[in-house]
Amino acid sequence: MITAVIPSLISTVRTDDTWITFDVNSLAENFWNSTFDGLTFGAIYALVALGYTLVYGVLNLINFAHSEVFIVGCYGVFFTLSALNFGPSAPRLAFWAIVGNLVLALVVAIVASALMAVIVERVAYKPLRKRKAPRLAFLITAIGVSFAIQYTIYWWRGPSPEAALTMFRPTPIFDVFGTIIDSQQLVIIVAAVILMIATDQFIRRSRTGRGIRAVAQDPDTATLMGVNKEKIIITTFIIGGILAGAAALFYVMKIPSGVQYSGGFILGVKAFAAAVLGGIGNVRGALLGGLLIGLIGNYGQVLLGSSQWTDVVAFLVLVLVLIVRPEGILGSSLGKSKA
Amino acid sequence: MYRKKLVSAIAAAAALGMLATGCANQSGPSTSESSGAGNKVDIPAISKVDVPSGAVLPKGDGKATCPATTTIAYAGAQTGPNAQLGINIFNGIQLAINQHNEANPGCQVQFKKFDTEGDPNKATGPVTQIVSEEDIVGVVGLPFSGESKATGNIFEQKGLVHITPSATNPGLTKNGWTTFYRALGNDAVQGPAAAKFLTDKLQAKKVYLVQDDSDYGIGLGTQTSEALGDALVGSDKVVTGQKDFSAVISKIMNAKADTVYYAGYYAEGAPFDQQLVGKGFTGSFVGPDGVKDDQFIKQAGDASSNSFFTCPCIPGELIPDFATEYKKIANAEPGTYSIEGYDAATVLLSGIDKGKQTRADLLSWVKAYDADGLSKHYKWDSTGELATPDVYGYKVENGKIVPIGVIGK
Repeated sequence: MITAVIPSLISTVRTDDTWITFDVNSLAENFWNSTFDGLTFGAIYALVALGYTLVYGVLNLINFAHSEVFIVGCYGVFFTLSALNFGPSAPRLAFWAIVGNLVLALVVAIVASALMAVIVERVAYKPLRKRKAPRLAFLITAIGVSFAIQYTIYWWRGPSPEAALTMFRPTPIFDVFGTIIDSQQLVIIVAAVILMIATDQFIRRSRTGRGIRAVAQDPDTATLMGVNKEKIIITTFIIGGILAGAAALFYVMKIPSGVQYSGGFILGVKAFAAAVLGGIGNVRGALLGGLLIGLIGNYGQVLLGSSQWTDVVAFLVLVLVLIVRPEGILGSSLGKSKA
Repeated sequence: MYRKKLVSAIAAAAALGMLATGCANQSGPSTSESSGAGNKVDIPAISKVDVPSGAVLPKGDGKATCPATTTIAYAGAQTGPNAQLGINIFNGIQLAINQHNEANPGCQVQFKKFDTEGDPNKATGPVTQIVSEEDIVGVVGLPFSGESKATGNIFEQKGLVHITPSATNPGLTKNGWTTFYRALGNDAVQGPAAAKFLTDKLQAKKVYLVQDDSDYGIGLGTQTSEALGDALVGSDKVVTGQKDFSAVISKIMNAKADTVYYAGYYAEGAPFDQQLVGKGFTGSFVGPDGVKDDQFIKQAGDASSNSFFTCPCIPGELIPDFATEYKKIANAEPGTYSIEGYDAATVLLSGIDKGKQTRADLLSWVKAYDADGLSKHYKWDSTGELATPDVYGYKVENGKIVPIGVIGK
């Protein structure tokens, strides 16, 4: 189908600039590769996007500091694995030793991110809520906190990326449509999907999840019905932090040299875009949006012939979707129980 | 209860993930080593280079006199993602100035460093500051092509001579600037030399060329792909600061390339090579001068053992006198362009010693310069290019970069 639509578009696209090509063959050749890589990234975006969406659901607030919650998790992974003598070279360790080390790194990252999320909530948002500050104040504070954390890391660790950490050398696992899926992609996609389903079920089924949905729907009534709003808010931030911490491990696994003070920024923006694309406030929307942003960006860069188009294409599609469906693909409905 | 479920779900996710990791890890070595590393070519390292016997050295005759305010500046990266390339250079300059000042009590030349982070957007500030400081009579820099292009006009307006020890974009000398001098071969020399090195010495049949979006990467990429001809099976572009190279790598694997040439800097080159090897690429990775630094090995880890470099730089570590003295001040072996920085500073210092202590005098001194330095003969044409500079090949051997001799001839 793609091959039928696109040739007609080719004539309308100027291709004399070598920085943009319109290479359908390349897309066809690399289609499955791009798909699996796109899903890998999409899974990471989705995990981070959940953090944006949950907080938006209960507080109607875009927590711009969430990208820093994520990068703090990355530093957690970095310090843990560095202390365990991981480095740019692939480790020469027994299987269970690597598993153990990575689980430890995952735990540290989750704790670091969750802690950061709680600190952000307590320091930046709670005092404002107490004083009934206008919405705009929250937004500015969110941006301010984001920069404050980013430049604290800059001041502490400097502008250069941290040394790369190779957790394991990806190896081919099985073959799909002539494309090899490697262990790294498999680990990330499978683990992320399990986390997403767990989160979704937690929000839909558990008592706390019901509390979260109740607060999202109508905070005042929820309070009257006996829901502890403050507790629900802090729980929401913690869940977002946990997912960001897990995303951090997968991100460093995928991009060993990605730990840098500003490393969360673009990823955060894309995860936020993913949340909006799927419908902000909607858990399943965040999952769908994340995977789509990952896929579309990857297809775009292969089609247009250069990596610099990844973000452009992803955001262009976001804009187009929002023109047609301003609420996002699945609509924003964390509060309504159809989520 | 549900919280418990969540926790167990997360644990299950982690465990499953780790399981897959582990399986993969065990089956690792056999698969990655079995797929053809057949075309690995062994090129022996060289252990000495010829040094011009009458090379001009910074110490001069020891009788020079100059005002105590006389200053030479370095402008270029001291921090930033590619900082090490700049650090190599200013340590070379520092060594030249130390040797000069030690030998010439009557002429203590000051040395000032200005940080550009290697970023064209940030370079104009420090350079504007340099040209406004009257005491600065000559500059060594700027190291990178993009920032050189962005700041050449500022130097030109104030008539301040600057010698770049490492910017290689051929277009830089075509701007009509009279204050810009290049102390090495440009990429119109390096590109063809690299192409010849790839196809002759490395016996590459299918080269995949990847360039970044800097002036340097674009210029070198263009020169190299033209010279590669039929051996080029594909090319792609990456951007400064890029961290994920999976799309490029997928194209490389699909093209069944046996060699990758990366025209760019080590900040992107190192993760690129690492991810390339991680995806099972078994051919050679060849980078230019912007990649040739120990930082590349440090950041890419054991993946870097497949790497070669091309560089219009002379292996300063093989010039014993220079290497020992350099180690004393830098606590490290001379790096890429250390000796070019040293030589460029020497050209300026020898002019100051001869009484050329204003900007105009020093500019005409460099313009008419015709003498040997430690690394090569320095005589510039009217555009600021040297006559026929050499390009060297290097390789990674046991985690170190070692020279393998002049290439492209």
